Amino acid sequence: MIGFDTSLIEWSRAQFALTAMFHWLFVPLTLGITFLIAIMETLYVRTGNPEWKRITKFWMTIFGINFAIGVATGIILEFEFGTNWSNYSWFVGDIFGAPLAVEGIMAFFMESTFIAIMFFGWNKVSKGFHLTSTWLTAIGANLSALWILVANAWMQNPVGMQFNPDTARNEMVSFWEVLFSPTAINKFLHTVTSSYMLAAIVVIGISSWFLMKKRDILFAKRSIVVASAFGLLFAVITITTGDSSAREMAKVQPVKFAAMENHYHGQAFAPLVAFGAMTPDADTAKKQNFIFKFEIPSMLSYMAFASPSAYVPGIYDFTYGNQEHGIPSFTERMEKGKLAIQSLASYKEAQKNGNDSLAQATLSVFRDNYQHFGYGYANAPEDFIPPVKLTFYSFRIMVFLGGFFLLLFIYFFWMGIKNKLEGKRWLYITAIFSIPLVYLTSQAGWIVAEVGRQPWVIQDLMPTMAAVSKIEASSVQITFWLFAITFTALLIAELKIMFGQIRKGPQNEGGH
Amino acid sequence: MTLETLQQYWWIVVSLLAAILVFLMFVQGGQTLLYTVGKTEIERKLIVNALGRKWEFTFTTLVTFGGAFFASFPLFYSTSFGGAYWVWMAILFAFVIQAVSYEYRTKPNNFLGQKTYEMFLLLNGLLGTVLIGTAVGTFFTGSAFSVDKTNLLNLTGGSNAISAWEGPAHGLEAVLNFTNVALGLAVFFLSRVLGSLYFINNIEHNEIMKRANKQLLINSVAFLVFFLYFLVVVLLKDGFAVDPTTGVVSLEPYKYMNNFLAMPLVLVLFLAGVVLVLAGIGITWLKDSRKGIWYAGLGTVLAVWMLFLNAGFNNTAYYPALDTSLTAGSAEWTAFMQSSLTIRNSSSSHYTLTAMSYVSLLVPFVLAYIWYAWKAINNKRIDEKELQDEHHSY
Ligand code: HDD
Ligand code: HEM
Ligand code: HEM
Repeated sequence: MIGFDTSLIEWSRAQFALTAMFHWLFVPLTLGITFLIAIMETLYVRTGNPEWKRITKFWMTIFGINFAIGVATGIILEFEFGTNWSNYSWFVGDIFGAPLAVEGIMAFFMESTFIAIMFFGWNKVSKGFHLTSTWLTAIGANLSALWILVANAWMQNPVGMQFNPDTARNEMVSFWEVLFSPTAINKFLHTVTSSYMLAAIVVIGISSWFLMKKRDILFAKRSIVVASAFGLLFAVITITTGDSSAREMAKVQPVKFAAMENHYHGQAFAPLVAFGAMTPDADTAKKQNFIFKFEIPSMLSYMAFASPSAYVPGIYDFTYGNQEHGIPSFTERMEKGKLAIQSLASYKEAQKNGNDSLAQATLSVFRDNYQHFGYGYANAPEDFIPPVKLTFYSFRIMVFLGGFFLLLFIYFFWMGIKNKLEGKRWLYITAIFSIPLVYLTSQAGWIVAEVGRQPWVIQDLMPTMAAVSKIEASSVQITFWLFAITFTALLIAELKIMFGQIRKGPQNEGGH
Repeated sequence: MTLETLQQYWWIVVSLLAAILVFLMFVQGGQTLLYTVGKTEIERKLIVNALGRKWEFTFTTLVTFGGAFFASFPLFYSTSFGGAYWVWMAILFAFVIQAVSYEYRTKPNNFLGQKTYEMFLLLNGLLGTVLIGTAVGTFFTGSAFSVDKTNLLNLTGGSNAISAWEGPAHGLEAVLNFTNVALGLAVFFLSRVLGSLYFINNIEHNEIMKRANKQLLINSVAFLVFFLYFLVVVLLKDGFAVDPTTGVVSLEPYKYMNNFLAMPLVLVLFLAGVVLVLAGIGITWLKDSRKGIWYAGLGTVLAVWMLFLNAGFNNTAYYPALDTSLTAGSAEWTAFMQSSLTIRNSSSSHYTLTAMSYVSLLVPFVLAYIWYAWKAINNKRIDEKELQDEHHSY
């Protein structure tokens, strides 16, 4: 890469990944459990049955413990765009800053205001007001997800903007296009519904532990029925939106799609590798190195473009070009990108010197090549190949476990309504082990989405190396370890407190 | 609306958020008084619970302030956060450890122990206020950074970063300038003043009341010393003026004083703010009133808000670039200053500012429901009995 301190880029990426993944350990539970709590409280208000109040309060305590650390990890992420990706913040701040601001104004205040009523208002406000606050907390949490995911989707599929050569940055031209891009809709729906699945698994897993201990049986059974119905509904939507995410990806981020499938050579009737294993050097060798694989014929073509005969381009087609299918190589795009960058520089120069005709000429060269702008920063076409192995495996982990959770919800729901949940030790153990697995699934999803798009921060426009701040790699290294140690300590604290509260159980929650 | 109007509107909004943030830092100030005002376990519990119902608002205001600044003046976000890396990281770190401390402090099995979480609260109170104040001090004194947007188009090696910070301290060097530190300390003591007033208003407990009254006096004196020092220095010093037609930045004697004189409404509101703060302290001390927080709070918001308007309006560079290692008056020194940020050269586009202005119409609505919710759960002062009955206490 051109004169870059690669270790600065690596450490900045590592720090972002670390802090984002920590944040994501706490956020999905919040997104889902707040709705589960609201449903349970609604049942309490409807039936007046104190058992439902006890159930509500127990899950509320669990939520509170999780929420605090979610907030702690979130603040870092917000400011990291400035501290570590300062060029990025300027280049697209016009578009990207807006959702972050809206999130603060619209969502965070809503969440933090009504959470106070939810926790402290039991004896102070009417039942109806309290219930409303609980619902508003859930809505507030999910609104914050909406805005940040719109921002993230925009980075994957930059729409609704235009480059302004005079300010040399991207400016928003349509708020609605940013908000309603298909990538944003898929991402929002898939992320929140998958988070509802996660919350449902957590509730079922913890309830199963009570069943296993033969404690609080009624509480556990009721929690399971609510959570498995909720989980089942949203598992279906998660799978549907995951599928449409993949189709959309095949259109707007075809390299990510190829990486996700470890698909190097483009072909029609492309098979889908349902599962397989790669040699350890598959990524460095930059070729398809399966040790073994199990394929479904033509499935990939069908999945991506709804037709078995569709041609699915592979990584090599993008790297080295494919004339027959009209795909330019990365080398070609790098040249055009460099041209775009240089002509913008000449444009600026000409403008400064008052040479209008030269300015116009360079500007039109720039416009013709702008779509390749970001490619100009790299030295080798291979720089644009994302880590394939991690993306490929993560996707399969997500999809297989997603299918497994669907079955689990069906079974629990069925057993729950038949009232046959007692005495099923293996079922309990499976549910308890599903808790770490569902977190793994959710993290894997982000790995597919984020690692699969490397090296882009903004698809085709800005690679990581052009986005990073000018600071010493050693500074980032220090903050990386600072966060790693602090967050780990806080995570341990959170888990210990959480286990303590679960052991205490719902009896002390006062359902009166 | 014209771009210029929108830029001014957004500077007003961002300044207001900063002002509200300083007021809400009574939570931080209150935290630093935890051991001074709370001598027994139960007293500390009362304090933590009184503050614990408000900390989220301070935190969320900080986050919203960051987001709004990002959306409206992205070049500031990029330059300041990316350059003054260590100051901002230190500030953020102080808020990370705060966020868990209330919830985890007295929970069984909390791993780090109650004392550690209390230390976190103290650290947050100390670092949060002093460093934020110090960082804001640089709005008047300047920092050594340079901005060159053509770096993005540089393909011949070297960094593509459009802004660079001189020196290895990445912002921490601001503490070497006593004017900045004076503002930092003024914010610190002000937050303790507000914290004491909040306890007096919010907690029903004789001992706490007495000690808070004592702290109110001590901290008011300390606040006034540092604040007046800062104010006098700033009003008398040269300020960073921008030529409205050419955009050239230069030093102008008594710039900040002149700004006040050129914008009499700003001056009047600023003075009104200072008077209200003093009135809040006065009625508490002299008349045993428990409503001092409202006067001092409103006063803080007004004074800080107007101070920010002074820094940004009337053709002033609100985030000045200054390299004190260069000879003052030299050509390089003058050239360096041209990187300074103004509300004109650092703002978002017309479209974004307009879209965001629609969003800002939600703010009164947000304030209204916050107000309503506070009233609903705060209708009486917190006391020992309430804590015993409360299901969720810290
Ligand atoms: C709003 C934007 C946004 C959001 C919501 C997320 N990320 Fe991200 N992520 C980025 C914006 C981003 C980024 C700023 O664009 C990074 C930093 C450098 C880069 O290339 O992309 C990035 C990098 C990045 C990397 C590093 C990839 C690599 O270096 O190979 C990982 C693993 C993640 N992210 C994971 C996550 C997770 C688990 C998230 C869930 C909370 C997440 N991201 C949310
Ligand atoms: C880089 C991206 C992100 C940034 C900058 C960010 C920023 C933040 C901040 C600053 C907070 C604390 C807010 C407060 O004051 O209460 C927070 C909390 C939260 N964030 Fe994020 N966030 C990011 C990613 C996400 C994602 C992807 C989601 C959901 C899809 C999400 C959902 C939430 C929720 C629900 C909370 C409330 C705290 C909790 O329940 O754990 N965030 N975030
Ligand atoms: C079983 C079917 C599933 C399919 C086909 C699927 C598909 C996908 C795809 C293609 C992406 C990448 C989107 C992009 O990069 O633009 C993705 C992301 C993601 N997935 Fe899934 N997924 C499934 C199940 C799950 C489950 C069960 C979870 C968690 C419980 C989950 C959590 C996530 C998350 C958090 C992301 C990142 C956000 C996003 O990009 O939307 N997914 N999924």
